[in-house]
Amino acid sequence: MELHDVWFVLIAVLWIGYFFLEGFDFGIGVLTKLLARDRKERRVLINTIGPVWDGNEVWLLTAGGATFAAFPEWYATLFSGFYLPLLLILICLIVRGVSFEYRHKRPEERWQTNWEHAIFWTSLIPAFLWGVAFANIVRGVKIDQDMEYVGSLFDLLNVYSILGGLVTLTLFTFHGAVFASLKTLGDIRDRSRALATRLGVVTAVLALVFLIWTQVSRGDGWSLIAMAVAVAALVAALGCNLAGREGWSFALSGITIAAAVAMLFLTLFPNVMPSSLNDAWSLTVTNASSTPYTLKIMTWCAGVATPLVMLYQGWTYWVFRKRIGTQHIADAH
Amino acid sequence: MDLALAPETLARWQFGITTVYHFLFVPLTISLAALTAGLQTAWVRTEKEKYLRATKFWGKLFLINIAMGVVTGIVQEFQFGMNWSDYSRFVGDIFGAPLAFEALIAFFFESTFIGLWIFGWDKLPKKIHLACIWMVSLGTVLSAYFILAANSWMQHPVGYRINEERGRAELTDFWQVLTQNTALTQFFHTITAAFLVGGAFMVGIAAFHLARKKHVPVMRSSLRLGLVVMIIAGLGTAISGDLLGKVMFKQQPMKMAAAEALWDGEAPAPFSVFAYGDVEKGHNKVAIEIPGLLSFLANDDFTSFVPGINDVNKAEQEKFGPGDYRPNIPVAYWGFRWMIGFGMASLGIGMLGLWLTRKRFLLPPALRTGEDEVPHLVLFKKALSPRWARMYWLVALWTMCFPLIANSWGWIFTEMGRQPWVVYGVLRTRDAVSPGVSQGEVLTSMIGFTLLYAVLAVIEVRLLVKYVKAGPPELTEDDLNPPTRIGGDGKNPDRPMAFSY
Repeated sequence: MELHDVWFVLIAVLWIGYFFLEGFDFGIGVLTKLLARDRKERRVLINTIGPVWDGNEVWLLTAGGATFAAFPEWYATLFSGFYLPLLLILICLIVRGVSFEYRHKRPEERWQTNWEHAIFWTSLIPAFLWGVAFANIVRGVKIDQDMEYVGSLFDLLNVYSILGGLVTLTLFTFHGAVFASLKTLGDIRDRSRALATRLGVVTAVLALVFLIWTQVSRGDGWSLIAMAVAVAALVAALGCNLAGREGWSFALSGITIAAAVAMLFLTLFPNVMPSSLNDAWSLTVTNASSTPYTLKIMTWCAGVATPLVMLYQGWTYWVFRKRIGTQHIADAH
Repeated sequence: MDLALAPETLARWQFGITTVYHFLFVPLTISLAALTAGLQTAWVRTEKEKYLRATKFWGKLFLINIAMGVVTGIVQEFQFGMNWSDYSRFVGDIFGAPLAFEALIAFFFESTFIGLWIFGWDKLPKKIHLACIWMVSLGTVLSAYFILAANSWMQHPVGYRINEERGRAELTDFWQVLTQNTALTQFFHTITAAFLVGGAFMVGIAAFHLARKKHVPVMRSSLRLGLVVMIIAGLGTAISGDLLGKVMFKQQPMKMAAAEALWDGEAPAPFSVFAYGDVEKGHNKVAIEIPGLLSFLANDDFTSFVPGINDVNKAEQEKFGPGDYRPNIPVAYWGFRWMIGFGMASLGIGMLGLWLTRKRFLLPPALRTGEDEVPHLVLFKKALSPRWARMYWLVALWTMCFPLIANSWGWIFTEMGRQPWVVYGVLRTRDAVSPGVSQGEVLTSMIGFTLLYAVLAVIEVRLLVKYVKAGPPELTEDDLNPPTRIGGDGKNPDRPMAFSY
């Protein structure tokens, strides 16, 4: 295994970390309209991710930065090629971060309602668009011999990629509902479990179609294993949710995300961005990667920093381990 | 859609708008994180309530500000790939690494520990909670270091070779990239400039309250802290600026010649106080100068030769082929002046403030004040008249903006002064832009970001004003009795959270 293969795996790990963590953040955002009945309940939901959403989002920045450093060509082609969808994601993430911080800073009804609308939409849109983006990467897009994306915006909207978007949207919302049932108290906890069951069924149907489609069109033995893990974990997550085992259910919905993302990366390898015009024009781990020297430095940095990050982020979850209910939300805001 | 513009023009405007905007929040974040941490340390050590109230007050303003810094920073991480894909392809092997280091080491620190700090008042023992804000502060400083190392490589590329076959620059010595003198002096200069922003911010807001005789004990301490920070940071900015100037005279003579509108080399070279010139013909029509000073700034003596714009342009034409290697001279010239002018004006006003509000030194005993009194403003032996005192408080309030203006112009100067290069001497800006992104797409994103940022600016400033006016909060029993166990004391399981969104 050469260093650029190691970095292919590490980039996959960073995206798995991102989707695992911000997956439930996005889900919570969507649930503020789907599940919460009033402002107090919306605030209970938002506060379950309050101390952690910012740290979760940094997994995306790290995935971006690491792709730049390890696979500059991939970074350049992907972000210049998917320009407008990425712009929309960035605008959502900007508004979303500000919404969490500013919503409670003024008492006016209209102020708070506006930010709450913002939280919902800016969670829903990226949750959908990330699926569209990854489905397109896997499917292959129009890349010319200079590694430039030459398709249009509409080439990115096809049945497969929109299905991919719906899968990430429902999967993240399911993941969020399971997280909510794990982190809340009282009535909202029971309702989030009930909603998780319904969301889980929808997710399972969509995910099954999408993953089988992916497997049939470009899978191999390894991706089949990852797919089997994803599907089994999703079914088990649903079962645990029904049985009221919230912690297990959350771990399993997380494994579903991890295995599904792993499957997409396995179908890609050794490509990082296949060209739909000509196989020879695809970006691969070899022709898109940095020099071994840079990769070696990066490996050292990631090898030391990533476990440390997991340790102190894990500690954060432990500090805020207590469930919260409406009684914990102060009125004076 | 095609506009009659060079392909890089809109991308440059967008980069300029989003980066200058982002950098309005960055220096305040860096300095307020450390200052808030310092105030909280004072609370933990002395248990004086005024320090806790100050921590909560400045901490709240810090959070309103960092929220904007964080979200506008996301754009920066992706903009290279979106709008400067050929740049990314060419330099990714070198430039990507410090960016990844920044995310892995600094961003995770900042974002994780800020969550712990915001929500941790009733969840963490006092000292651990204090450690969290120091971790945030460390994160901001590390972040500055890595991104400045990356920027310094664009100013003065080192530790690389050109791979002709792959058509890119490749890293050969990462240590050199991290420790070259450009990176170290830029870091020194940027950090001190950041603290000048934070000091002036504290002084301005304290002056606002003291002029109204409100929240006196907290604001009195804040004023003093702010003034001391302003002076240390102001002097640091001047020293580091001089060092950085000398580095730049060697590494980018064109930038410094443009900063001085020095068209033709001279020995000794004068420092320009005011100039108005003809860029096409390459000379000044009006020039007011201080003889020999530029030689000193460049080389530490009053006699040496400093090359002019026309000399460097000619030398670069011989080296890199025909073309115009001059940056936008008026922007470089005036940017340099606004930077120094607004920065040093802040330092002066800070020094004046510290002298006027001195506690004992050469102060008649009758004019000394207690901890809960507004300090008298004393020039020599007598307190200033109420009219003049009000005037000083007002000036101090407006001085808040000065270091921000200086910071912005500093960046505009150093980035525009490097043109037409994006990596000096290696890659031209026009060759760095994304070839596949249309003008229409860039226009869309530029308008989108600009409108969004404008709306957010209004929202942010109005929130700041609201919380500045509200003053420091009253303390509750819970504030004064932080938990002794991690996760909270659990005395009353239904107690509302100390802080909730």
